[in-house]
Amino acid sequence: MAVEQTIPKYKVATRSSRRNSNKVLQNLDWVTILLYFTLVALGWMNIYAAVYSPDNVVNIFSFDINSGKQLVWISASVVLIIILLVVDYKVYEHLAYPIYGGVILLLLVTLVIAKPIAGSRSWLDLGGGIRLQPAELAKFATALAVSKFLSNVNLRQQNLKDQMVLAAITLLPPAIIILQNETGSALVFAAFVLAFFREGMSPLILIIGGTAAAIFILTLLVPKLYLIIAITALMGAAVWLDYRLMRRIKTMVALLLLVIAMIFSVDYFVNDILQPHQQNRIKALINPEADPLGFGWNVTQSKIAIGSGGLLGKGFLDGTQTKFDFVPEQSTDFIFCTIGEEHGWIGSTVLIALFMLLLIRIVSIAERQKSVFGRTYGYCVASIIFFHFLINVGMTIGLAPVVGIPLPFFSYGGSSLWSFTILLYILLAIDANRSLDLSR
Amino acid sequence: MNYLENRKYVIQAIFLVVGIVFACRLFYIQVIDSSYKQAAETNAIKTIIQYPFRGLIYDRNGKLLVQNTPVYDLMVVPKEARNIDTLKLCKLVGLPLEDVRERLKKARTYSYVKPSIFYQKLSTQEFAHIQDNLIDFPGFYINARTARGYPHQSLAHALGYIAEISPKQLEDSTYSGYRSGDYIGKSGIELEYEKYLMGKRGVKYKMVNVRGIEKGAFKEGAYDTLSVAGQNLVSTIDLDLQAYGEYLMNGAKGSVVAIEPETGEVLAYISSPFYDPNLFTGKEYGKNYMELLNEPNKTMFNRPIMASSNPPGSIFKLAQALIALQDGIITPNTGYPCNQSLIKCSHAHAAPTNLSIAIQTSCNPYFYQVFRAMLNRGKSKNTFKDTALGLTDWRDQVTSFGFGTKLGIDLPNEKQGIIASTAMYDRIYGPNRWKFSTIYSLSIGQGELGVTPLQMANFMATIANRGYYITPHIIRSIGEHGEPLPEYQERHYTTVASKHFEPVVDGMAAVVASGTGRNANLSKLGIEVCGKTGTAENPQGKDHAVFVAFAPKVNPKIAIAVYVENAGFGAQSAAPIAGLMIEKYLTDSVSRKPMEKWVLSREYLNID
Repeated sequence: MAVEQTIPKYKVATRSSRRNSNKVLQNLDWVTILLYFTLVALGWMNIYAAVYSPDNVVNIFSFDINSGKQLVWISASVVLIIILLVVDYKVYEHLAYPIYGGVILLLLVTLVIAKPIAGSRSWLDLGGGIRLQPAELAKFATALAVSKFLSNVNLRQQNLKDQMVLAAITLLPPAIIILQNETGSALVFAAFVLAFFREGMSPLILIIGGTAAAIFILTLLVPKLYLIIAITALMGAAVWLDYRLMRRIKTMVALLLLVIAMIFSVDYFVNDILQPHQQNRIKALINPEADPLGFGWNVTQSKIAIGSGGLLGKGFLDGTQTKFDFVPEQSTDFIFCTIGEEHGWIGSTVLIALFMLLLIRIVSIAERQKSVFGRTYGYCVASIIFFHFLINVGMTIGLAPVVGIPLPFFSYGGSSLWSFTILLYILLAIDANRSLDLSR
Repeated sequence: MNYLENRKYVIQAIFLVVGIVFACRLFYIQVIDSSYKQAAETNAIKTIIQYPFRGLIYDRNGKLLVQNTPVYDLMVVPKEARNIDTLKLCKLVGLPLEDVRERLKKARTYSYVKPSIFYQKLSTQEFAHIQDNLIDFPGFYINARTARGYPHQSLAHALGYIAEISPKQLEDSTYSGYRSGDYIGKSGIELEYEKYLMGKRGVKYKMVNVRGIEKGAFKEGAYDTLSVAGQNLVSTIDLDLQAYGEYLMNGAKGSVVAIEPETGEVLAYISSPFYDPNLFTGKEYGKNYMELLNEPNKTMFNRPIMASSNPPGSIFKLAQALIALQDGIITPNTGYPCNQSLIKCSHAHAAPTNLSIAIQTSCNPYFYQVFRAMLNRGKSKNTFKDTALGLTDWRDQVTSFGFGTKLGIDLPNEKQGIIASTAMYDRIYGPNRWKFSTIYSLSIGQGELGVTPLQMANFMATIANRGYYITPHIIRSIGEHGEPLPEYQERHYTTVASKHFEPVVDGMAAVVASGTGRNANLSKLGIEVCGKTGTAENPQGKDHAVFVAFAPKVNPKIAIAVYVENAGFGAQSAAPIAGLMIEKYLTDSVSRKPMEKWVLSREYLNID
């Protein structure tokens, strides 16, 4: 046993470990990889469609346009994938905290030295026209740290101190990112709630969070008085149906008062805490027609582009709304419009189905991990991708506020593609070696 | 910890619910709700209307009456015109600095990126000058379009005018092919023949980006259509005669309508006071229109077809004579005494021993007695009923001359006039409460009679044709070599047989040869003019002068009605005008210069 302990903790796959790497290849989850490359390839084609201009046709491979550049990022991702799979999978667990610490440092450095781009101090200029957004790296780093923390055998979930530490690990990166003025990216960290829920967090938090969000949106949509009457009636009905609740009448009343207080604080929150552009995004979600040329523009135009696609779409490169610049940020945040317009409901639904398949596959990968670390990390990956999907697609069809976050694997952009590639392939690397975990 | 494993189902369910909600939402906005498709079209597809050339209008001799004139507007795109030398621009267009700034500001307010009109309707000289210097002014360009132009200032009332389609018309499904900003015929020929003149618009669909910049043809132009020019019209108007008539009528109020009897073609159509049709083509259109509309002489009133309340006066005696002949009440040799106790006669004259003399002398008592004989034929012993029966029969015959009905000229807003009827008198006096003595003034063309100048001219054409008329019309054919319009071929016969016309025509010849119409006498030129003077009583002021005529007596070429308001006896003003116009039309010259001078002096307006 002593000999075994001297085995270096981190080993790079070498010729001597070919047997292992063969096994890694065998155990690789090729379904996920296929889904990954399908999404990346479709994304690449749609990026071309988004920047395509019929009166000035440029080859899809041209580096002058986003599709050509994206091909570079995709190629680099393949290299990244090989590295991620070749590196000893244990690195990710053992170096989880150092990686996390490094990214936090990078975020802080970026905050200090970054030049503001469109009001956001989140881009690090690496020279040669290449820029990196460390906020993207924070996602997988935080996922690693959270998984590492939760896999600690000494962890006790009921322990307030442990809970505080977990909260700190999760909230520190978004806090810095908010300071960088990238609120959208910061919101993504809310996704970890799903992973926590799987690892034992009380479902009450999910329910309370969901209810709070629902009340928030309802307050904006429905007159306050009606809402309060409805909620009171609902609670009254619950008590009437289940008399045992009478014993908790005080709790119920307190809850009701809390809800009413929340309803009245929504206005204050929207009008006094949110910044004007954030207020507009809320307004655009509720009623984009109120100012279709102003704050409602993005949502209105995005819905027009998607809605005009019909059942089968206008055909590849035949869209009019996503060409001609009616939809802003077509190749990045609003890439979904291109699918909607050119490939119609069938195309959109196929894309949604692809994401559903990927998410469910990731959940099943997570579930088959023997280690808490692997499983938690798997759920973190699924949650982050899901959150991006939820907000990104939701905002283009008017179901979510406009938050500038990309569609995973699909949107144009190196930082985004790489960060999702890293996020996903660390999981696949861990998963490929899951049988080795048994021997540990 | 096993219970936690079940939470994977909760998480997967959350994923799936979101996916299904998205797919449903997408199905709604993509497949069910079609409003987004329309929005996308208005967004990215620009419809460019190609306006066809509106049809031209020629007179009967091929002279151009209405044309399309090129108009040049100086346009500006504010975004491209950011760095221009404003002072230099002032010099170029000849406007003060504040005005130029104001115009630029207006353009910017309209749109920063779309072109707007900076200066409308440049003259040809301005156009040439500005065009040469535009190179120094990026963002400025000249847009050529066409507007209606009138090389002659004649015939405004009949031609009508075009203007932007009104919001009310746009709501009407009749005008479903029109869009806001389109020009449409608003009156006259322009309105009546709109469907021929307008042509067919072409449409080009262009794709545009969010800034309105064209990005090529939509679907390679598969849905584009070419414009088809409107059809030209050939009018029946003789421009020379028209212009001469306007020259004679200038300064007077009234109407002149001349018709070629054989064809019903309107040779001249004058409503005086008239206006220059070019007033309605420029930027001042609205102002000019309102000024003319509110003008006390009622310039916009289209007198030849709308002045329908004036009684015809003595010219109506011709109709009385014809109907009496047809009904056998009189013969050409019937005489009546000029009994002034029945009704006053305007002047002393020879005894009306036959019809011809009665017409020549316009004898009031004669026609009083003729009319009484017509109405009271003893068909009923009750004199009231007898009169009513007589009037009904009489009215049927009068209306066969086109009185009291719309003749159907190809101009909008024709009025039908008034011809007394039993129903009308029953309403006024009550049934069986009126008889001949109540309504005798009809006999000499006064009372409950209203006749438009067009109806008077048509009446002359009917007598010239000895018994029929062809619906008067102002357009001969669609297209320069088109066939005559079929709706204007039919002869409308009166109830009076052809043979009864000759004695009346003889009387009319005598009127001009030696009676009250001597001022229209052209016997020196060998032209025998048949005419009749009249005076329409005007309760509001001085009586209106009427003269109707046709010439030559045999094989007539022109029938004419001249109506001069407040000019007293027809003999003094209306007859000379008719005579001069007949001579002008038949000989293409005017020999009676003193008569012309007299007419132009307008002294007849001052004679009591």
